[in-house]
Amino acid sequence: MSRYTAATDADRAEMLDAIGVSSTEELFEQIPEPLRLRRPLDLPPGMGEAEVYERLRELAERNVDAEREVCFIGAGMYDHYVPAIVDAIASRSEFLTPYTPYQPEISQGGLQVMFEFQTAMSELTALPVAGAGLYEGPSSVAAAGYLAIGATGRRRFVASRGLHPHSRETLATYAAGYGAEVVEVGLEGGLTDPDALAAAVDERTAAVFLQSPNFLGAVEDVEALGAAAKERGALLVVACDPMTLGVLRPPGECGADVALGEGQPLGNRLDFGGPSFGFFCATEEHIRRMPGRIAGETEDVDGRRGFVLALQTREQHIRREKATSNICTAQALNALAAVVHLAWLGRQGFRELGELLVRRTAYARERLTALDGVEPLHEAPVAREFALRLAAPVDAVLERCAERGIAAGYPLGRDYPEHEDGLLVAITERRTREQIDALAEALGAAVAAERAEALGGAAR
Amino acid sequence: MSVPETPLQAERARTIFEKSRPGRRAAALPPAEVPERPLEELIPARLLRREAPRLPEVSEPEIVRHYNRLSRRNFDLDTGFYPLGSCTMKHNPRLNERVAALPGHARLHPAQHPRRAQGALELMWLLQESLAEICGLPHVSLQPSAGSHGELAGLLLTRAYHADRGEARTKVLAPDTSHGTNPASVTMAGYEAVKVATDARGGVDMDDLRAKVEAEPEAIACLMLTNPNTLGVFDENIAEIAALIHEAGGTLYYDGANLNAIMGHSRPGDMGFDIVHVNLHKSFSQPHGGGGPGAGPIAVSDRIEPFLPRPQVVRREGGNGEGPRFDLDFDRPKSIGRMRGFQGNFGVFVRSYAYILSLGADGLAEASETAVLNANYLKARLAHGRAGRYLPVAFDRHCMHEFVLSGKAMKRELGIATLDLAKRLLDFGFHPPTVYFPLLVEEALMIEPTETEAKETLDAFADAVERILAEAEEDAEVARNAPYTTPVRRLDEARASRRPVVRQPAA
Repeated sequence: MSRYTAATDADRAEMLDAIGVSSTEELFEQIPEPLRLRRPLDLPPGMGEAEVYERLRELAERNVDAEREVCFIGAGMYDHYVPAIVDAIASRSEFLTPYTPYQPEISQGGLQVMFEFQTAMSELTALPVAGAGLYEGPSSVAAAGYLAIGATGRRRFVASRGLHPHSRETLATYAAGYGAEVVEVGLEGGLTDPDALAAAVDERTAAVFLQSPNFLGAVEDVEALGAAAKERGALLVVACDPMTLGVLRPPGECGADVALGEGQPLGNRLDFGGPSFGFFCATEEHIRRMPGRIAGETEDVDGRRGFVLALQTREQHIRREKATSNICTAQALNALAAVVHLAWLGRQGFRELGELLVRRTAYARERLTALDGVEPLHEAPVAREFALRLAAPVDAVLERCAERGIAAGYPLGRDYPEHEDGLLVAITERRTREQIDALAEALGAAVAAERAEALGGAAR
Repeated sequence: MSVPETPLQAERARTIFEKSRPGRRAAALPPAEVPERPLEELIPARLLRREAPRLPEVSEPEIVRHYNRLSRRNFDLDTGFYPLGSCTMKHNPRLNERVAALPGHARLHPAQHPRRAQGALELMWLLQESLAEICGLPHVSLQPSAGSHGELAGLLLTRAYHADRGEARTKVLAPDTSHGTNPASVTMAGYEAVKVATDARGGVDMDDLRAKVEAEPEAIACLMLTNPNTLGVFDENIAEIAALIHEAGGTLYYDGANLNAIMGHSRPGDMGFDIVHVNLHKSFSQPHGGGGPGAGPIAVSDRIEPFLPRPQVVRREGGNGEGPRFDLDFDRPKSIGRMRGFQGNFGVFVRSYAYILSLGADGLAEASETAVLNANYLKARLAHGRAGRYLPVAFDRHCMHEFVLSGKAMKRELGIATLDLAKRLLDFGFHPPTVYFPLLVEEALMIEPTETEAKETLDAFADAVERILAEAEEDAEVARNAPYTTPVRRLDEARASRRPVVRQPAA
């Protein structure tokens, strides 16, 4: 008997008899013989539960996770503390094991969670319409591109270089399919160059994509930049870090037509990059163009309040090739984690956490930029992440810090060749003052050591 | 039929926002530990938020109770039979949750240097190799996050492949039985969707396919197919179909939603497919989470490989007696680029790899065999009695892992629709099958029991269907007004779309 099945030999005999065949082989005869695999798969034999656990534990041991070193890496995903009730609630089988709520009468729990999630994201972004969740951040940006084409009939995107490099690349991947041109606008002093942006937007532009705080950590003046989009009738799409929305002016108050982002900081583990969720909020006029699932409130035949999947006529299972998106995953479990985390933080706690991040980030930025050989990459205001320039090779410095148990940050060189000397440092509430001081010491020592080595090499 | 209100029905829905009271809270945050400077000193005032978002103000016990109560308003796989066709609702082993939660997996930053993420990269590589073997195609990208994401990736790969050969093809064929995501993905990828008819045996109508290909072979970019298809039958003409499409210069795409029927018995690569997506949340036991997360890795042939999404997980042989190293390869000049951020849904990869290790080669083949046995047994049970009379199978032949019944006779003779039967099943403690799909079967019920259900469960389901039909012979109103016992009864879905309320109005 294979793992997780129940059919005994006696069961099988009875079942085959009922079917009227002598073996399951007969059932597989509908597969033409040349297409049958007449050998076992080249995979190891099955293992017992304890063996599988040990094998996976061995693999996990070979990773240096945020429990084993102090993690200052951000770049879109952050090492926040996830409260214990998130795990407790999200591991309940009633949330873990159902399918998409196609039968609303027996899915009220999940549908109400979606509705609460939508309310929370709508509050955070200050936009009235929120969807139930998309795969993750960058593909949500690409989904906004598809919405913008539908809304404007135009096929040109203007994207700030402050938009996450993964988002820009994903947008370009999708645009090659649905047919759109992507124009990039550079940064000046860490912020989107307003003149270059205004010059790049024309009447063929479907959407302008900004991110705030942008990838270099800088808080953009979204309202001022967005004016260029408004003047030309393009949509303003703003990617944001949800954890900063307790303190930063929300996109909905800055003229955004769409606000979206990576949801991982809310209640989700790092998980080496996923699963998490993408959030997607918009103004009322785009409600019928939204990608993915949306829960809506209604009543049952007896007048009880209830929730259903709303506006399904947008979706692939009804509209097929005319659907507003092919997405049918809502990342429901990840969205549940987010809404539980947000309820745990609460209105006060969410704001306090934002303030804590801003103050600790300011402290860390001052502390690190005071080091020899370390300079700010830009002077723009920041919320929870900031960029540095090192007077030593970034990779070598990172290696030295790693030896002291500190992941000092994200090297900018791969994504920004113009910032080969750049390092992006992220702060969460888990990064204590003591840890920030330890980072300062390690980073200062590493830069100094690398410079000394370079000088030594030059002397030789 | 009037029935007293159940306790769950009496408990009217109230959101967490409605339970909010100013001043309550759960979280205790760490102290600032740094100078508490006014925010305006750090960020210009016009960029700051004036009023905190109106998140709920509730205590921790209230949060726990709220969501526990909500959970009781959900039906789930751990509670009962969930025979949703094409969804593969198989058991979700808890071992997989345990290993996914190990800190080495759960707290690993996605931008960690590959040198310090060797275990994670090796796991991804091993999963790639396993899926390549199961699919019979040599190269795998784990990046797509869902089946439909895999479809879009596959179509973008098709576009890149043709473009590389200097061709601009415009049309993608898919049978009328295909999943709705297929045509939706086709449009998103900038192609025109062309429907292919189904023949009398439930397979692709070869004459229709031939006519559509021969009309303009140079326009055919791709054919998307599920095999076994959504009717649960294996298309015996697949070799001929593949030859036809390849001759025209198109690619062949395999929608892996139904892979659970054939693991270890037949491989899409051997059937001639160029690109396959695998739903890790179906065949490989990732829990569905009430609508995600999942993952939709793709396996491809040699000619498609250069275009795979970036980065790709690779294994590099170590020199000087050192072991192999695992890395992320960004240097892929012909790549279509990223489909998403970072490396994909790693947590899902951990669970699915644990599942593959648990079952092994024999276990996977036996899982598919038992899935096919269970489906054919349930089909046989439902071929007798009232079910056989009112709910005949749409295509009368052995099925693979699922089958489709038609409720046409039931509707005509008993006056109850497939929807009514589905709703009445809720009162019997079963999740209904997929209904009204595939579209070409009138009043369709698509049933996929999976291998992890015991014979008694299948019998109980067949008995329930029989009882509902018997009941309907007496009084059709019982089913028409069902369900009665669920936390809410039939909901007004039209209203939710006509005047959508998609968030809690601000107090």
